[in-house]
Amino acid sequence: MNLKNLAPIGYGLLLLALIAAPFLGAYPVFVMKLMCFALFASAFNLLLGFTGLLSFGHAAFLGGAAYVAGHAIKVWGLTPEIGLLLGTAGGALLGLLFGWLAIRRQGIYFSMITLALAQMLFFACLQAPFTGGEDGLQGVPRGKLFGIISLQSDLVMYYVALVIVVLAFLVIVRTIHSPFGQVLKGIKENEPRAISLGYDTHRFKLLAFVLSAALAGLAGSLKTLVLGFATLSDVHWTASGQVILMTLVGGLGTLSGPLIGSAVVVMLENKIGEFGNLLAALTSVEWFKTLGESVTMVTGLIFVICVLLFRRGIMGEIIAWLASRRASGSRH
Amino acid sequence: MKNQLKVLALMLGAAGLATSAAHAQDKVKIGFITDMSSLYADVEGKNGALAIQMAIDDFGGKVLGMPIELMSADHQNKADIAASKAREWIDTQGLTMIFGGTNSGTALATAKVASEKKRVYINNGAASSALTNEQCSPYTVHYAYDTVALAKGTGSAIVDTGGKSWYFLTADYAFGHALEADTTTVVKAKGGNVVGAVRHPLNASDFSSFLLQAQNSKAQILGLANAGGDTINAIKAAKEFGIGKTMKLAGLLIFISDVHSLGLRNTEGLQFTTSWYWDLNDETRKFSARFFEKTKRMPTEIQAADYSATMNYLKAVEAAKSIDADKVMTTWRGMKMNDFFGSGQLRADGRYVHDMYLMEVKKPSESTKPWDYYKLVKKLPGDTVFTTKAESKCPLWK
Amino acid sequence: MEIFGVSLPGLLSQLLLGLVNGSFYAILSLGLAVIFGLLNVINFAHGALFMTGALITWMAMNYLGLGYWWMLLLAPLVVGVFGVVIERLLLRWIYKLDHLYGLLLTLGLTLLIEGVFRSIYGVSGLGYDTPELLEGATNLGFMILPNYRAWVVVASVVVCLATWYVIEKTKLGAYLRAGTENPRLVEAFGINVPVMVTLTYAFGAALAAFAGVLAAPVYQVTPLMGQNLIIVVFAVVVIGGMGSIMGSILTGLGLGVIEGFTKVFYPEASSTVVFVIMVIVLLIRPAGLFGKEK
Repeated sequence: MNLKNLAPIGYGLLLLALIAAPFLGAYPVFVMKLMCFALFASAFNLLLGFTGLLSFGHAAFLGGAAYVAGHAIKVWGLTPEIGLLLGTAGGALLGLLFGWLAIRRQGIYFSMITLALAQMLFFACLQAPFTGGEDGLQGVPRGKLFGIISLQSDLVMYYVALVIVVLAFLVIVRTIHSPFGQVLKGIKENEPRAISLGYDTHRFKLLAFVLSAALAGLAGSLKTLVLGFATLSDVHWTASGQVILMTLVGGLGTLSGPLIGSAVVVMLENKIGEFGNLLAALTSVEWFKTLGESVTMVTGLIFVICVLLFRRGIMGEIIAWLASRRASGSRH
Repeated sequence: MKNQLKVLALMLGAAGLATSAAHAQDKVKIGFITDMSSLYADVEGKNGALAIQMAIDDFGGKVLGMPIELMSADHQNKADIAASKAREWIDTQGLTMIFGGTNSGTALATAKVASEKKRVYINNGAASSALTNEQCSPYTVHYAYDTVALAKGTGSAIVDTGGKSWYFLTADYAFGHALEADTTTVVKAKGGNVVGAVRHPLNASDFSSFLLQAQNSKAQILGLANAGGDTINAIKAAKEFGIGKTMKLAGLLIFISDVHSLGLRNTEGLQFTTSWYWDLNDETRKFSARFFEKTKRMPTEIQAADYSATMNYLKAVEAAKSIDADKVMTTWRGMKMNDFFGSGQLRADGRYVHDMYLMEVKKPSESTKPWDYYKLVKKLPGDTVFTTKAESKCPLWK
Repeated sequence: MEIFGVSLPGLLSQLLLGLVNGSFYAILSLGLAVIFGLLNVINFAHGALFMTGALITWMAMNYLGLGYWWMLLLAPLVVGVFGVVIERLLLRWIYKLDHLYGLLLTLGLTLLIEGVFRSIYGVSGLGYDTPELLEGATNLGFMILPNYRAWVVVASVVVCLATWYVIEKTKLGAYLRAGTENPRLVEAFGINVPVMVTLTYAFGAALAAFAGVLAAPVYQVTPLMGQNLIIVVFAVVVIGGMGSIMGSILTGLGLGVIEGFTKVFYPEASSTVVFVIMVIVLLIRPAGLFGKEK
């Protein structure tokens, strides 16, 4: 049972499932939302799980890029792919600025600076006229990809989004397995050692930050295109908290972890009402029906349980368990 | 194999949960999205859904041979949640029409979705006049009141009694801005002036600093361009800081639930415009008694409008012999409406034109029974108080 | 008289209100600093504990008829006991781990506590009346100040100074400070360090609850009232210097005043000014204003 062979098979199956999903009856808009958050979480994990930097303000890149892309598509009338590019560039630029300021400090101070900068961006988004403040940027049209393919249909939009997300994910995979990625892991494990080996850790950290921000920006821009709006929820610090939760639940430092984690968290938010009704029907316990109103409570419970018991997250625990089985010499 | 299986199982499970029920168009589904848990929960909220259900039941539970089902959701005052829910219901649940609730930001976002997907959209709770003006749509019905009517009703009355210099305390989103802008127009047109304004975040917890700023402006009138919980807290804080000693409070949107929460001592003398009051006549009292029996509260104008609009919508569907939004809207616009809520017609821009009422809150000594809070100052005929054709920017009404 | 185009009464009244807000910041950041200084845990649950204090004050009034003055003593006690439970049950497993886990655990705890209350009470505010003794207002000339707000400032300052005195100037405080620096050695002297740690967390929680009781008549009592305060309080602690008690108190009060000042000229920015200050401070003085580089 070679772990290395399992992964591609797993991803292959996942890809097949995603391609088939609309025909299996899944609501395309919902799955697209899932994919955007999966990308957001993967981008965040690149920074936290692989470089060891905890950013408290990642929502700034998600939401900031969302507004940029929304504005570009709605007000400037640009085609969707240019809008997405501009959004991603916006994310990268913000990442450069935030990273340059934050990386000067370590540990909790680094995190607090990212939080502060994200809050300042939130304020800017709240005040700026073009974002629409509390009402948000509404009515962003889907437009025509490259000026030819209309994205109006949910199905077309779905496959375009799938391609984009898969490509972006491959970028992350490639980065992790490249020499650059190895240096990042080295920095995470022991930064002084990396410095003593002659690496300019500042530059590496900044690059990782910018890359993470850019991909988070892509996720945000794609979300705007799919849903048709960008709102303050995208830049609020609770969104930053959410992505931390997704990564934690899924498994820090694993590639598939954020995918699972984001799926769990998004489904929790949207489907808990139905899940509660299901439980109520199964067990005839009326209280389960109110589960729908208790998303916060259930999320909190999951957080607590994960930190205490499943510190490595779902995928992390699975991978560790598989590795220990191999190590204990069991034959298959 | 285990982790791929787990992933696959998860994806299939996800697909399962994400799957829609079969889309049979054998039911008429009414969706109701409003603020159920936050600062506007009392003015419409869950009891609004109750009012709609009352109407459905009174209508017979069926229209054109199809049973009527009501779905409701809480938008938590977030435009993205409201719009997403509406879209999801339309795409996966075969939604027939949408009732939008309080919060103008969510209303405008949902109206867009309704317009794109061609579903009738009725709104009672939100006030922004933009719904039938700049952002009008052939599918939007703005039923109860709007910021223009409130401004023309209350604003005129106060300026006429000498309140010429104004300072606004505005909720910082679509509704507050609209109410402030429309009232400013009225005040200026009548020769008054606006000294300044301060914006507060929606659902603010502490109004003290905003009120002090208002007081320092030395204006005569403090215009409260907010509603629900915000208005209640602003009035409470104003009392605490003695604002009433130097400025007169003008509540631009007041609901009976606000007065009930604050008590007559804190609200006596407040003048404001409303579209309906439970104690106007026998018909209104009859409906209100039924509502009170179920909820132990008298209905607000929004909840009464919810009932009335549902009834009239179902009548329009019956008359049009179809649930197709275009056919229903055309038929509805031709219908004359008359019930305990009001009488009048739907305009081309989606505005329901009916009479409004200028009310004043009674003194504690004048109130003879619980919920006996208002006295009628003046009846405002519909065509004097809503947007006029000249003022309208709606391309549907030319 | 005008300063920068704003009338003096206008300025003074906002500064005074800012001082009231600053009092809350001071007490809350004090509790947070105590917990971080002595336990090395970033207690994100502080906002939820604050909210719990306010909410049980409301519940006591509505269900038990217990008034404000009782709750000033009872709420911190009840929440303190709750703090003991949290520490014993949850926190002690993660002390040896990275800061991140402490933060995440307490974040999860916050969501849990808020979620429970939210499902019962919704999100809209529950009204709590000012206690009779403190009703009414004093006309200060430039504004009318409700007496209750003056009480908030006085009570907070007294509690903050008392805490500072105990920690910095008494033997008990010395044990606490020694216990963080070198728990083994302190244990060798016969001091029960784990119990001290538990009681410290409980004390921090009690401080948060005390602030909650003070806040009930001022802010709307809602399950979300801790949420927006907590990130500001974090910022205050970081600016003040993460282990410094006096740093938190002074920064808390100072920030309240600065916010008040900002409200006069650029009101919308008042909630963001703390973050601007934090970035500047962290870039110039990495350990905060009064902190020591560890």
